[in-house]
Amino acid sequence: MIKIQKEDFNISNELNSIDILSDNIGSVVSFIGKVRPEDNLISMTLECYETMAVKEIEKIINEAKDRWDIITATVIHRYGKLYPGDNIVLIITASEHRSQSIEANKFIIDYLKTEVPIWKNEEYSDHNDWVKTKKSDLLSKEKW
Amino acid sequence: MKLKYFAWVKEILGKDEENIDIPMSVKTLGDLINWLISEDEDFAEVFRNRELVKAAIDLELQDYSYNIENAKEIAFFPPVTGG
Repeated sequence: MIKIQKEDFNISNELNSIDILSDNIGSVVSFIGKVRPEDNLISMTLECYETMAVKEIEKIINEAKDRWDIITATVIHRYGKLYPGDNIVLIITASEHRSQSIEANKFIIDYLKTEVPIWKNEEYSDHNDWVKTKKSDLLSKEKW
Repeated sequence: MKLKYFAWVKEILGKDEENIDIPMSVKTLGDLINWLISEDEDFAEVFRNRELVKAAIDLELQDYSYNIENAKEIAFFPPVTGG
């Protein structure tokens, strides 16, 4: 399941919805990306090319399903104005055995950060900055 | 043809999308960029460092040699930073 939304997600509800999908789930892994509190950061505004973002996330999930034996994957990504501590993204992967859902979850976030058309603008007290791609994110993706 | 702009590309151009009629001579993505630059100096600013601007043709990233004659929607944006 893929959702691009302004509102926050309810993690318990999303985890519960995974549980009813299959009797074979032995491992559920959830990753939550949040707005990291940093000095002088007031807010972070996320902009999204929604139609393409959904398509790219679909591709990433399909690739994860090809590589690992996962039963299901959920990606929820927020957009709009967020504040330090707010949730940005939720990724849930489920599998029979833990290694599959753990690896698939790491793969999905590493690819999402470099492939999905979403941009962050950080607001500080005296200026705004578009976040630049981090080399470490590109390297994290390349290792797959 | 619809053009869409995101992040700082949108800020420089002061618009998020527009419909344009392109001349017959424009065949590829590279042709389109050169034509846009010739028409509007704000595009020259956007494409000052072309490596920093990605282009998606009908939701797929493409390079400058891609033929756009049948394209419906082209988006220009910087490298992504979500997640």
